[in-house]
Amino acid sequence: MQGSIDSNAAVANGHEVAAHEEHQDLRVLGLITFLASEFLMFAGFFAVFLVFRGSHVQWPPEETEVELLLPAVNTLILVSSSWVINLGTKAIKKNDLAGMRKWFGITAAMGAVFLAGQVYEYMNLGYGLKTNLFSNCFYLTTGFHGAHVFIGLLLILGVLWRSRRANHYSDITHTGPEMAEIYWHFVDVVWIVLFTLIYLLTLLN
Amino acid sequence: MAQAEVSIKPTEAQGGHGHPDKWKWYDYFTFNVDHKVIGIQYLVTSFLFYLVGGFMAVLMRTELATPDSDFLSPELYNAFLTNHGTIMIFLWIVPAAIGGFGNFLIPLMIGARDMAFPKLNALAFWLNPPAGAVLAASFFLGGGAQSGWTSYPPLSEITANLPQTLWCVALIMVGTSSILGSVNFLVTIWKMRVPSMAWDQMPLFCWAMVATSILALFATPVLAAALILLTFDINFGTSFFKPDAGGNVVVYQHLFWFYSHPAVYLMILPIFGIMSEVIPVHARKPIFGYKAIAYSSLTICLVGLFVWVHHMFTSGTAPWMRIFFTISTLIVAVPTGVKIFSWVATLWGGKIRYTTAMLFAVGLLSMFVFGGLSGVTLGAAPFDIHVHDTYYVVGHFHYVLFGGSVFGIYSGVYHWFPKITGRMLNEGLGKVHFVLTFIGTILTFTPMHNLGMQGMPRRVAMYDPQFAHLNQLVTVGAYILAVSVIPFYINVIWSWMAGAKAGPNPWNALTMEWTTDSPPIIENWEVLPVLTHGPYEYGMDKADQVGPAGEPTEATRV
Repeated sequence: MQGSIDSNAAVANGHEVAAHEEHQDLRVLGLITFLASEFLMFAGFFAVFLVFRGSHVQWPPEETEVELLLPAVNTLILVSSSWVINLGTKAIKKNDLAGMRKWFGITAAMGAVFLAGQVYEYMNLGYGLKTNLFSNCFYLTTGFHGAHVFIGLLLILGVLWRSRRANHYSDITHTGPEMAEIYWHFVDVVWIVLFTLIYLLTLLN
Repeated sequence: MAQAEVSIKPTEAQGGHGHPDKWKWYDYFTFNVDHKVIGIQYLVTSFLFYLVGGFMAVLMRTELATPDSDFLSPELYNAFLTNHGTIMIFLWIVPAAIGGFGNFLIPLMIGARDMAFPKLNALAFWLNPPAGAVLAASFFLGGGAQSGWTSYPPLSEITANLPQTLWCVALIMVGTSSILGSVNFLVTIWKMRVPSMAWDQMPLFCWAMVATSILALFATPVLAAALILLTFDINFGTSFFKPDAGGNVVVYQHLFWFYSHPAVYLMILPIFGIMSEVIPVHARKPIFGYKAIAYSSLTICLVGLFVWVHHMFTSGTAPWMRIFFTISTLIVAVPTGVKIFSWVATLWGGKIRYTTAMLFAVGLLSMFVFGGLSGVTLGAAPFDIHVHDTYYVVGHFHYVLFGGSVFGIYSGVYHWFPKITGRMLNEGLGKVHFVLTFIGTILTFTPMHNLGMQGMPRRVAMYDPQFAHLNQLVTVGAYILAVSVIPFYINVIWSWMAGAKAGPNPWNALTMEWTTDSPPIIENWEVLPVLTHGPYEYGMDKADQVGPAGEPTEATRV
């Protein structure tokens, strides 16, 4: 049973553990189930945003317009990082550890650039969380997404840290990188919806 | 999965887990990953919170014995009514029915050695005691939250800010626990059944838990979103729910009820599962309409996600929405009726044993029909507008939550206590408990309907003297309910220590949890069982003539 959670320790022991495993590795399935739930929390925030957007004459109000260029670049970075991390898991599935480390490293760097861009945007907008209802929604939603990006970044760094151990990840045991990748895609998908609703919809005004 | 049929003992000997043969008492106070330990932890903790919530109810009913506010201060009354609801829902019924029975029974029923993610499971449990501590702290740091378990803004944003924030934190904790638990249940039932068990050979309790888990997964995060926004409004100067700054209080109501109406089904679907287990065993008949009961759980889960606005008929809701949500609400009565009639048909012509577990199950049937029917009346917008926020609503939901959920938990405890502890509960004390509970429930919650029809508002410590007589009747009923738990707790504690030995299968039941020892060994079976019959094939073959060892059993003697 421990095998399902401690597979890191388990893998190191080789055959003994293989004999001990009683069921297939279900962690990927568990993560996807959890993320489906997590998405609904963002859906709640999006719904609130849309209700306010629909019930206000001018949305966003004057003085609290959104920046478009920087977030667009950020979007490009985050979306393409989803391809990069996928190259990483493809590499480890071919037992190419160096390849995985390279692509995961690049993904981590892209994630860090995204977060830095987000902070830069916050600092240059000229309004804060409390300014008005739009800024409430803006900072809360992008802030929660940013927190999720940060967690994803930690997961990727965790995978990189663990990959230093010999034989920790291989073409057979790569659940860790796979889960980091799925989480990263989740963060990406949430951002695409968020970018559409909060940024792109302002173009319709 | 090929390994599954092999005894795990030799592997243990080679230096596997280092598990002890049996858990010691102190193992139940640690971060233990055994699903049975976690199930017991959930049950015991929730039964303690039940006492706390019940104590608050008794004090409130004492206040309401007279029309004036003369026993509790109004603030304390508000804090009690808020935390009575919160504790009874989030720290009593949900953890007992879902966490307790779900964790203990699911692996045993499907022939697994544990849940899919044991550590996640332990983590989910250990979010509950701190949540209770945070609620308790909210009493000492500012007198407790004041705005009812629904915590509607603006009331929740202008009263008792710190306790209200702590209330939000506590609820986010139990909500997280609920989500993590649901991930576990769903993956476990989906992937970890013994290879010989198909979906339609699963005990109906597992079907009920599938529906419960899906509901919890999709509804709970929306509550989290609402509570996060509320917390920001109270503490960080945002104005999501502040109308004077462009916010909207009805948005909170939508988010809140999107979770909290399905939460009603979270509290009753596992109970339906318990009913579907208890009734066939004690009526010695195959369950009537296995597939109808299984699929009606899923139907309730699906339809239940689209009925939440019936709590908001008086919140300026548009007429077309009232019509839509009246219709969707009434549709829920159909799958619920399917279950009720299936259970009645199971009882029909059965060889019924009136054990305490069965008494509570049959008691539930009558209570729930009553509560369900008053629910149908409330689902109709024209009537609801008349009785909204009156004691009629209080009477209705206590009939389904006490007469339904609590009766079901009692029934489940009497049924599975022998499996959990290895000892039988005392049937005599059990019957005293049942009679007191049954009388107390009717006396407490029936007059509330009359009070509501006459216009007595809920959530107030003072009321018009014309309502005094019925209120005194309710208070007497509440005292009887308070007394009714005494024989139960005595019974549980005494039987756990010194009750008659139960043996593996005292009820001569056919589901898989009864094929192992009582209490089950660590990792549940020496060798995983192979499915040879369906879960409810009672009265068909020799199962009802002889027990597992060929001995005549209680079932055949009765």
